[in-house]
Amino acid sequence: MSLIVRKEFIRKKRDMPDKKNVKAIAIGASAGALEAVTTLLEPLPADYPLPIIIVVHLPPDKDSIMARLLNDKCAITVKEAEDKEPIKPSHAYLAPPDYHLQIEKDYYFSLSIEDPILYSRPSIDVLFETAADAYRENLCGIVLTGANSDGANGLKAIMGYGGLGFVQEPKGAYASTMPKAAKKNCPKALVMPLSEIATTLLKL
Amino acid sequence: MHTDSDDIELRLLIEAIYHKYHYDFRNYAMASVKRRLIKACENFSCRSYSMLQDLVMHDEDVFPELLSYLTVQVSEMFRDPSYFLSLRKNVVPHLKTYPSLKVWVAGCSAGEELYSLAILFREEGLEERTMFYATDINQDALKKAQAGVYKLDRMPLFSQNYQKSGGKHSLSEYYTAAYGNAKFDKSLTKRTVFSDHSLVTDSVFGEMNLISCRNVLIYFNRDLQDRAFSLFKDSLAPRGFLGLGSKETLRFSESHKAFDEFDRKERIYQKKTRYAG
Repeated sequence: MSLIVRKEFIRKKRDMPDKKNVKAIAIGASAGALEAVTTLLEPLPADYPLPIIIVVHLPPDKDSIMARLLNDKCAITVKEAEDKEPIKPSHAYLAPPDYHLQIEKDYYFSLSIEDPILYSRPSIDVLFETAADAYRENLCGIVLTGANSDGANGLKAIMGYGGLGFVQEPKGAYASTMPKAAKKNCPKALVMPLSEIATTLLKL
Repeated sequence: MHTDSDDIELRLLIEAIYHKYHYDFRNYAMASVKRRLIKACENFSCRSYSMLQDLVMHDEDVFPELLSYLTVQVSEMFRDPSYFLSLRKNVVPHLKTYPSLKVWVAGCSAGEELYSLAILFREEGLEERTMFYATDINQDALKKAQAGVYKLDRMPLFSQNYQKSGGKHSLSEYYTAAYGNAKFDKSLTKRTVFSDHSLVTDSVFGEMNLISCRNVLIYFNRDLQDRAFSLFKDSLAPRGFLGLGSKETLRFSESHKAFDEFDRKERIYQKKTRYAG
């Protein structure tokens, strides 16, 4: 009994999630993304139990080599998300350049070429908002380095459903605008240096 | 709008639209429909989908505007230039062996893809033997496609794409600029039939040599995608070509058995000569 109480207490104190609750992780990053995302994905084991869904702002005309780069470096499988592909654990999915990436209620991806939002397609907000709608309180959203305010509204949506929100400590970020905006929009989000977020992911 | 009753109301609204206006969005990918209807609610000052439903059921003038929210009208000319380059280099030589051709631009929206193909066919000497069919469910979009008028500030991107797609001239030879708009040469669509056609509810209407349907099926759920693929399969002549968007694939559909992958990277498929089933 006391042990349970203590656990509850710790969870409250650190605002840590019950690890059983998180069913998926959504990450948004812009300027400086490759290094930041690599830092988070590299320590994860091949059988990491959750799916990780990532939007990175990339130039629209570039065929993304990022998925391949990350896949070579990381133990978990990293690939570009495909339209109508079911979302599986132990996989990290990247939004394809020049498409919005959305999550449907039955946990599969759908793509869209609707207008860019905040000059961005893929948009972090679109991923976060649709993912929040699908996963409700069982989602963890992470806003990393970047030079605009994409992701701030999306993270608010995630936390509005009772999901978990992390923001990279702006001081240590390659570009601080995006984490600053997210922090401002979501005062209850946990603000941590990248390395600490990486450690936390291992415990989810 | 963050509760579960939201989803009930959303379903009901879409059902109501289907029964009253016979536009069937029931098997669309919902994440995107939902985002667009949230915008529509804001536009019509409706607090909920139910309010929007009340409005659209009792005021028929509202529907055309609502439809423009439900149908995505974003495209660009020669979007993904490498797709058009592959059509030019790899598909055109096959098409040149036919005395007459039928090309279907399914879900043509405001016509960017249609004009891209019309220009490509003219430059490759195929125009005179080709009939184009440009279809969409949105009358407004069809009118825009017929008019062929685009904002002038989109031309630098379109021109850049055109050049990368193997264009033989300058894109500006095909349009006249005035008052901030670019109007494309009427003669480009003199062999085009514009028609209201739904991939959801309508059926085969001709034997095509090429169907280009790019970034339309991403808005469908998998069942509806299957229906569309099956419709395309039945609408193509043997050895006819199907071109999809760069992130669309036949792979998840039963219909893939009826096709060969002609250009895997550019998502160009060719219907098999014989296919049992």
